[in-house]
Amino acid sequence: MNKRFDMMLPRRSTILGGAALAAGSTMPARAQLTIDMTRPTFEPVPIAIVDFAGDRVGADIAGVVRNDLQNSGLFRSIQPSAFIQQNLDANAAPRFADWRGIGAAGVVVGQVQQVGGNIKVDFRLWDVVVGQQATGLSFTSQPANWRRLAHIIADAIYKRVTGEEGYFDTRVAYVSETGPLNARVKRIAIMDQDGANNRYITDGRTIALTPRFSPTLQEIVYMAYAEDRSPPRVYLQNVDSGRRELLGNFPGMSFAPRFSPDGTKVVMSISTDGNTDIYEMDVRGRALRRLTNTPAIDTSPCYSNNGTQIVFNSDRGGTQQLYVMSAGGGGERRISFGEGRYATPVWSPRGDYVAFTKISGGSFGIGVMRPDGGGERMLASGFLVEGPTWAPNGRVLMFFRQARGAGVSLHQVDITGRFERQVPTPTDASDPAWSPLIPQ
Amino acid sequence: MRMIKAFAAIAAMIVMAACSSEQQAAAPATTTTIAPGSVADFRQNVGDRVFFDTDMSTIRDDGRTTLNRQAEWLKKYTNYPITIAGHCDERGTREYNLALGERRANAARQYLIAQGVPAARVKTISYGKERPDPVGSDEAAWALNRRAVTELQ
Repeated sequence: MNKRFDMMLPRRSTILGGAALAAGSTMPARAQLTIDMTRPTFEPVPIAIVDFAGDRVGADIAGVVRNDLQNSGLFRSIQPSAFIQQNLDANAAPRFADWRGIGAAGVVVGQVQQVGGNIKVDFRLWDVVVGQQATGLSFTSQPANWRRLAHIIADAIYKRVTGEEGYFDTRVAYVSETGPLNARVKRIAIMDQDGANNRYITDGRTIALTPRFSPTLQEIVYMAYAEDRSPPRVYLQNVDSGRRELLGNFPGMSFAPRFSPDGTKVVMSISTDGNTDIYEMDVRGRALRRLTNTPAIDTSPCYSNNGTQIVFNSDRGGTQQLYVMSAGGGGERRISFGEGRYATPVWSPRGDYVAFTKISGGSFGIGVMRPDGGGERMLASGFLVEGPTWAPNGRVLMFFRQARGAGVSLHQVDITGRFERQVPTPTDASDPAWSPLIPQ
Repeated sequence: MRMIKAFAAIAAMIVMAACSSEQQAAAPATTTTIAPGSVADFRQNVGDRVFFDTDMSTIRDDGRTTLNRQAEWLKKYTNYPITIAGHCDERGTREYNLALGERRANAARQYLIAQGVPAARVKTISYGKERPDPVGSDEAAWALNRRAVTELQ
């Protein structure tokens, strides 16, 4: 069963096959190697990831897997210096007692082989508690793809242990910020989810804001200022070729763009004579359709996961609140009713939550509510926290955080709000947009 | 903390500068080095900006006084194309602030047009919270950042 996946990668590379490795038993693992992240309390799963054998890159692959799992907050990666058993056979069961002895619930063993011009990477996750293989997969790809292979392996481990899809084989588009605060240089950048492979998409000559991925990751939409004093507008840019085009040339400012889940439309705000409404543009034919028509500010639109509805924020009721309408316009209803102002709603890729920014009592918060407005929960707060974006599994959010008078950085938090961490970036960073899983 | 104090000090200095320029306008002797009809004349003797309350785009009484002066000056010196730049404090979300800045710029534009400045001369642009002036994270800075600035090309 050697499935072949063609990926949309800059290097036109492919990952050849993700074959399951035969195991002695497919008996499911018990308590300690599984985790229910929705429970009110849990301990991170202690896991040992052994440097992959067979090639120098094996240690690098293991390092990426350790970092991914540790950063999720759901795993505790045991230091390799604590390992008792050395020189493991990648195809044989480990000495479970040695791994129980250092408190591991799972141990990951893998190997790298040169096959023609490619590398073949196998790994097995062993459930130390029950003494069985929990999962095992084999991948073949170009050597340059080793980081992606590591992320795909981390995703497989995450899925086996949590029951949720992984999110490590993804990218993040964001705004890189440099220079003094009154003349800030803001450039669009794209990096891997773990901060690797950072590259700049715009040159910084004008302010560029709010990048968002197309479903294939091949294109981004964003808003940028012009070099003259004409209004800022929405651009569509091919990530690999750098070719960019204006997405509609309107007399007023156009901003707050976002793709529909199928990538055929972009929803955005357009200002006319000071008034801001929401419009939908067909990406191919460039036909424009107006979706809201009020004297209020209607902005930050985002499609539901199935593309049938749009959540947005509007001050039509006096203060900024969240509303949901049909994707074609109409049927508008308010969903936020708590204290304060609500903004930047983003619909979960799973459809179960809308994440938002809330401004209340002089501070900002990141929260989630159900699409019907119920079950509001705050996950993070501070002087400024803004702009949540969902990981493709709908269980982790990224946003940006700034302390009073300080720099701005990207942070991620899980949906329980328990585990927040700063995401490393080469410069100050804001406006994160998490990609879907990279197509294989 | 030291950063915040520095910002507060800058904000206070700017408020004082604004007051003193009004005094200068009342005392012509101190303005002789500025050519009438110049950009410097507009900025210092007329006042290039008006301020707004939090989340509001209504022109306040103090703004009306400034915009009346601007309109008289702009009708007298007709050679400048005009762009009104709307801005917000940092206490809002980015996209909403872009729209709010546009609303503020448009409110000032409509006021100038009502005072007889030709509509075709006056464009608008919004910077939301992207270009603070002054830089600062306290009430004094935020009040000065909720602004519409009349820029002459």
